Amino acid sequence: MSDVIFDVRDVTLRFGGVVSLNDVTLHHLRGEILAVIGPNGAGKTSLFNSLTGVYQPQEGSITFVGRNEKSVSVIGRKAHRVASAGVARTFQASRMFSALTAFENVKIGAENHHGFGVVGAMLRGPRTRRDDRLSDERTVELLRFVGLTDRANTIAASLSYGERRRLEIARGLATNPQVLLLDEPAAGTNPSEKVELTNLIRRVRDEMGVTILLIEHDMKLVMSLAERLYVLNFGSVIAEGTPEEIRANPVVIEAYLGSSATQAGGS
Amino acid sequence: MGAFGHYLAAHFDTLKLEFWALFVGGVANGFLYGMIAVGYTLVYGVLRLINFAHSEVFMSGGFAGYFVMRALVGQSVPSGFSSVGLILLGIVASGLAGALVATLIERVAYRTLRRRNAPKLAYLISAIGASYFLFNLAGKEFGHLSVSMPQPYINHPVFHIFGAPVEMYYVIILVVSVAMFVLLDRVVATTKLGRGIRAVAQDAETASLMGVNIDRTIAITFIVGGTLGGVAGFLFGLNIGVVYTMGFVPALKAFTAAVLGGIGNLRGAMIGGLILGIFESLCVVFVQAAYIDVVAFGILVLVLLVRPTGILGERLGRSA
Amino acid sequence: MRAFLERRSLRRLLITLGVVATVELMTGPPGSNQAPTSGFSGSFGESASFFGLFRTQRWVTFFAVALVLWGLTNFWMANGARVRQRTNLVVSRPRELSQRGPVRWGFALVLLVVALLLPHIETAAFWESAMVTYIAIYILLAIGLNVVVGFAGLLDLGYVAFYAIGAYTTAWVTGALPTPALFHHPLNPFWAIPIAIVIVMIAGVILGAPTLRLRGDYLAIVTLGFGEIVTIFANNLYGITGGSLGTKPIPHPSIHLGPLKYVWGLTPVPYYYLTLAFVVLFLVVFSLLERSRIGRAWTAIREDEVAAESVGINPLKFKVMAFAIGAASAGFAGVVTASADTYIFPSSFTLQFSINILVLVILGGMGSIAGVVLGAIIIQTIQAYLTHSPPAGYQAQDLYIYLGALLITMMIFRPAGLLPSRRRKREIALSEVSHEGHLDEVLTGDDT
Repeated sequence: MSDVIFDVRDVTLRFGGVVSLNDVTLHHLRGEILAVIGPNGAGKTSLFNSLTGVYQPQEGSITFVGRNEKSVSVIGRKAHRVASAGVARTFQASRMFSALTAFENVKIGAENHHGFGVVGAMLRGPRTRRDDRLSDERTVELLRFVGLTDRANTIAASLSYGERRRLEIARGLATNPQVLLLDEPAAGTNPSEKVELTNLIRRVRDEMGVTILLIEHDMKLVMSLAERLYVLNFGSVIAEGTPEEIRANPVVIEAYLGSSATQAGGS
Repeated sequence: MGAFGHYLAAHFDTLKLEFWALFVGGVANGFLYGMIAVGYTLVYGVLRLINFAHSEVFMSGGFAGYFVMRALVGQSVPSGFSSVGLILLGIVASGLAGALVATLIERVAYRTLRRRNAPKLAYLISAIGASYFLFNLAGKEFGHLSVSMPQPYINHPVFHIFGAPVEMYYVIILVVSVAMFVLLDRVVATTKLGRGIRAVAQDAETASLMGVNIDRTIAITFIVGGTLGGVAGFLFGLNIGVVYTMGFVPALKAFTAAVLGGIGNLRGAMIGGLILGIFESLCVVFVQAAYIDVVAFGILVLVLLVRPTGILGERLGRSA
Repeated sequence: MRAFLERRSLRRLLITLGVVATVELMTGPPGSNQAPTSGFSGSFGESASFFGLFRTQRWVTFFAVALVLWGLTNFWMANGARVRQRTNLVVSRPRELSQRGPVRWGFALVLLVVALLLPHIETAAFWESAMVTYIAIYILLAIGLNVVVGFAGLLDLGYVAFYAIGAYTTAWVTGALPTPALFHHPLNPFWAIPIAIVIVMIAGVILGAPTLRLRGDYLAIVTLGFGEIVTIFANNLYGITGGSLGTKPIPHPSIHLGPLKYVWGLTPVPYYYLTLAFVVLFLVVFSLLERSRIGRAWTAIREDEVAAESVGINPLKFKVMAFAIGAASAGFAGVVTASADTYIFPSSFTLQFSINILVLVILGGMGSIAGVVLGAIIIQTIQAYLTHSPPAGYQAQDLYIYLGALLITMMIFRPAGLLPSRRRKREIALSEVSHEGHLDEVLTGDDT
């Protein structure tokens, strides 16, 4: 199983008495576009937060196989260390550094994996200047990749929803990740932006070689993008398979009709 | 190790001797801390902010009580019914002063910013400004020197616990703070007003949709917390005297008490106050008096780091 | 005319009267605890000149001012739409000029020349020493606190602690404490500069590492306590700090580097140049820092800690760094104070002090280095002036009342300060509209 990037085993996450994730086991293969779907409150975002070190599940194990096949246990590791190991993410209600420009947003992601010295930064030594230039180049490249070159100097808060989603992806990619976790990337975007976004996500995998894990409500987008899906309901995995298998799975249909049939139909 | 062991052993002997006397003093202080802590906790409950100006509510209560005592207490120390009457008057005056100052703080330093939906840092800074303004203004108007309060009662021992005398002063604190706290607890738990406070504490947005007047609830919260804080200032001043900077240290300790009990939790505030008061009092045996504040502060840092939700947890929203 | 009797207008009248009455109290004669109403009655009833026309009681004068102010605000509210629009235009783009690098550097150079010539322009003995003790040192402290409050967004109310540690380290190094000197024989205070800065930075890390994971308001109260504790120790550790009696005399610094020999003496001007050199150094270093990745990381953490962590930023590390770096300039200021004042006492390092520095930062603009320097110059010049020639009835402590009022006023009307940092201003504006959605009014679009 050397091609597994995330190996999640028997993970249980509780908040007080509320069980948010119940004995979740799943694996994510390197290079795959995997989606996790489920009704509201099924535990999708909790799963994301557990995978990125924001939440600490009480039971189970999460192994991330990062650069150079190095296995890293996510549980017990701080979020910033998980991120440095090669897990990038976006947020459900996109979280930009909203008072900064698009360029600065991406640059913050790009420069963080250079080693650094305080003295160098204070005095702008030659190494600092070189690293700075490298980060600038990487930022320009990524903004071009997500199609935001002409918005580089715009304040993040005044970007449209679709642009913000793309900027968040660029910021995530700037950290040089192995895997990119997308939390409802299509929320709040219009149909044409959705198409752009679908293409962008596919390009991230194909051109950048970054594995994708996706949470999404929009079934059309998920079904056209994901190669494999997990279905969560009440914190448990209730089904796994290709889009075709999931579409035909009676358990899944039951879960969706039982809670929010409209969302399953897509918007 | 040996020398330190001797040191501890010697001091434990002192502790055994003095335990109950220190305990009684600690309980009294603890009740005062608890009364101030209630103000922090209530405001935190509805606004999710620490009211940095609460120390000045306490100080204003102390001065109001002082002026009433100054005006009414004559040459000889009163006793009997006139003592009771004087203390009641002092409580009313200090409670009113506390409520008034708390309302002013809310109006000027908080509501103006709430209208604009200012960032959290702005509230902290404006509250610090309010505190700074108020205590320095008090210093200007009432002088910069500490002054002791005319005593409205004879401070004789009322009864003894395990040989330790319990003086009148402690009895007054006990009676007043328990009465006020029980009243407050009932009000928050059972009345419509209390339901409003709890609803806002739980979820301000939903509460306003349900018809709770948020501005009014917040104002009342400040008034209630201000009343208790003001009375605590009076009771504190009875023994220690009043001065414009008197709020700082007790308020810092009361804040510690509020965090210790779980900020946002009313009963927690009282329990936290008692624990801190007793602990601090017993520490006198081991630590020089000058460093007692350092001990209290150490507890604050420790609680914040180890268990920031306190002993009883943050839960004004869930129940009283 | 009816506009004046509307509810809102009457409300404004009440507010105006309240503000004016407060100002009357603040500027009036002091009272005492023996005559509790004397301050009040004096503030309102004392005889005063009615703008030089005739003499009357203070309240009449102030009431007249209140009425005029009320009239003006009514006029402003009724007819001010056009006026406001015009001012908004001016307000929203004040920085175009200063955005150009050469202009900014040219401006800084002019200021530096003025600063260098200042002791030759103003030669009154009081002002020569005030330039050091009231202004230059406070600029150092303000730009240091700005790193913590402005850049990293951490409210530090115990900043005085670092200043005190710097000063006491100087006393220690020069053998002015009851304890033996650091290297067993007293050194020139010049050596105290690097030693104090290192020690203060270590203190910053020691205080910061455990406490900086706390929420903002908790951090404020913990730092408040920390400042208080340093004072308690300085006051009570007689064997180490000399306690409340203060230290033994601290020698003046001197340089003996081969042919270069200089001894700082009792005159303040050489201290002025020494401090100025360090002010410039810290200014350059801090503004480079702000534009470096460390500065960007601070902004990221301030805006959204979770998002910052998601790109691999360790918030604690950067916060501790801000604490230590901000402490450095306070440590240096401590060295200068100690060696220029000769003696140090615990009573110089009080809570008041930390708040005063905070006021300088808030007035100038959190996160704006130029603003903070301006804030320090304005307030400290006023303070020096009030000390030098106090108006009738003014007591030294009255200043703190004004500073407290200033903090509230700034938060209500101009939270980003006089010379706002653009990032900060935008952050505050964004936070304020996030519930109302007038985003376009706030964002003037591109930022180049």
